[in-house]
Amino acid sequence: MPELTYREALRDAMSEAMRRDEDVFIMGEDIAEMGGSMGVTQGMLDEFGPERVRNTPISEMAIVGSGVGAAIMGMRPIVEIMYQDFTTLAMEQLVSQAAKHRYMSGGQVKVPLTVRTQGGAGWSPGAQHAQQLEAWFVHVPGLKVVFPSTPEDVRGLLWSSIYEDNPVIFFEHRTLYGIKGEVPDQIEPIELGKARIHREGEDVTVVATGRLVHEALKPAEQAEGEGISVEVWDPRTLQPLDEEGLIASVKKTNRCVVAHEAVVRMGWGAEVAALVQEQAFDYLDAPVERVGAKFTPIPFAPVMESFVIPHDDDVLAAVKRTMGKQ
Amino acid sequence: MSSHERLKEFLREMLLIRRFEEKVEERFRAGELPGFLHVAIGQEAVAVGVCRALEDGDVIASTHRAHGHTIAKGTHPNEVMAELYGKVEGCSHGYGGSMHLYDVERGNLGANAVVGGGLPAIVGAALAFQMRKEPRVAVAFFGDGATNIGTFHEALNLAQLWKVPVVFVCENNHYAESTPARQHLPIEDLTKRAEAFEMIAPKVDGQDVEAVFETTKKAVKHAREGKGPVFLLAETYRLTGHYIGDPQVYRPREEVRELRQNQDPLQKAREKLELSDEEWEELDAEATKLAEASVEFAKQGTDPKPEDALKNVYA
Repeated sequence: MPELTYREALRDAMSEAMRRDEDVFIMGEDIAEMGGSMGVTQGMLDEFGPERVRNTPISEMAIVGSGVGAAIMGMRPIVEIMYQDFTTLAMEQLVSQAAKHRYMSGGQVKVPLTVRTQGGAGWSPGAQHAQQLEAWFVHVPGLKVVFPSTPEDVRGLLWSSIYEDNPVIFFEHRTLYGIKGEVPDQIEPIELGKARIHREGEDVTVVATGRLVHEALKPAEQAEGEGISVEVWDPRTLQPLDEEGLIASVKKTNRCVVAHEAVVRMGWGAEVAALVQEQAFDYLDAPVERVGAKFTPIPFAPVMESFVIPHDDDVLAAVKRTMGKQ
Repeated sequence: MSSHERLKEFLREMLLIRRFEEKVEERFRAGELPGFLHVAIGQEAVAVGVCRALEDGDVIASTHRAHGHTIAKGTHPNEVMAELYGKVEGCSHGYGGSMHLYDVERGNLGANAVVGGGLPAIVGAALAFQMRKEPRVAVAFFGDGATNIGTFHEALNLAQLWKVPVVFVCENNHYAESTPARQHLPIEDLTKRAEAFEMIAPKVDGQDVEAVFETTKKAVKHAREGKGPVFLLAETYRLTGHYIGDPQVYRPREEVRELRQNQDPLQKAREKLELSDEEWEELDAEATKLAEASVEFAKQGTDPKPEDALKNVYA
């Protein structure tokens, strides 16, 4: 099996879709000659030309909104919002346009739009370039929300998002672009709403997203040495959520930790905790633990940033708390 | 068709929209229509003049004041009225309401209740036409109030940059809801906003349906030929309030009275046609009949099942 970085895997999915399908095109800020601020679209201009690899003005509303219109007319646009912080500029277009057209029209239109965006702390980008805002979007009926953590998943899920007939907010994590992983020879679509168990375990289910998947795999090994068997469960898609898989895992392990980089308070993990207590209350041997960022903006100074965002030791501590081991 | 016959057809359609909207006001006041409603009484010539200048395959995006645009784009008044009654037979099957009238088959990509909200999507629709080399044009309706919102500037900028086939139709009725132009616009001439993007920006008397038609024809031709978007400024007047029931405390009664006397697009067309009272009454009776029939159709429509609310969230 070939090995690709997370970044290359994204490019591979888009390029292959664009080779096969004239309706697929990409647009966003600095994505053409520069290849995107994270280098994801490097080389695509040379292969596909400026008609299909479109540099845009710094106009998030128009980027998303024109993607919506092109999608309604049957194209499959992939738009890039450089940092997920900037999705806030296009919030109305995402929430009240992209997510609502199908519903308000009584089913007359489809909006097959993919909005790629990235974010995440750990490199001192400061408070306006590091937020994790997935909880804002999973709250909106009509949107699908994807957040892959490995090269294989990011490729298969981006492919499925491009061919999804609903608007998809596709989150990438800034610190994962360089990680390498094996991928199948041919792109294999991954169904939205199906989780991946990265590591099977018996004692605690760690529900983790994005960077925190990797932050959970490390302490899982360490916990093993201390006699705690950790299952690392990655939803990959936050909306729809693989509820069946989640509940099955928790019913097996009887304990649950949910870990994400976004702030804990009112975060996506709160919904996971609620679902678990609704559907598996009698199976729980401990309260559901949550791991995430402290309730502050992301600070600049590395020592403060590191203090605010969650790391592997936070996951390990939470795992131990569910086992009654402090 | 002679120009006389053509104008008569325009008048027939404007009358239908007028009588339809008067019926909407009446049924709303009678408590039969849920939600809240905006009529475009006084602005019929823009809807009809623009939509008559379009071809099959051209698309529009409308606003919260959508009944006229929708009917002018070819949706039967029965389907519009059924939507206002929240019926399955409505043009959005009861999911949309007055501010979200859709009829995709007839090229209505939806009425948008967020001021300026539909402009970027119209640019995107036009981009799709351009990329596929389809000779189609996308038209966005919006008001003077929308020229203050970010989507307007981003959409015009992008459209001009990429020379996509859009006609931006600004219906300048001089009020953003209740707020008069002098309180929300630092400039008088809105074409300057489009000219800032080097977009061509013809002005037209929005109460003269033939002028709207002719100007739109030229604008649409320009866009269809790939020469880029056009900003079409139609000076028009809202002869009623912002919403049905609006006491209009923000403008003098004389203003409305005077506008009704001098700026009614239907009367202007009638005078131009030199219609006899009989001819007028014949047209009027026909429009009234259709408007009344739409209410009957709507009332006999099917209520959605409550649980239908869970459908159409995702494709």
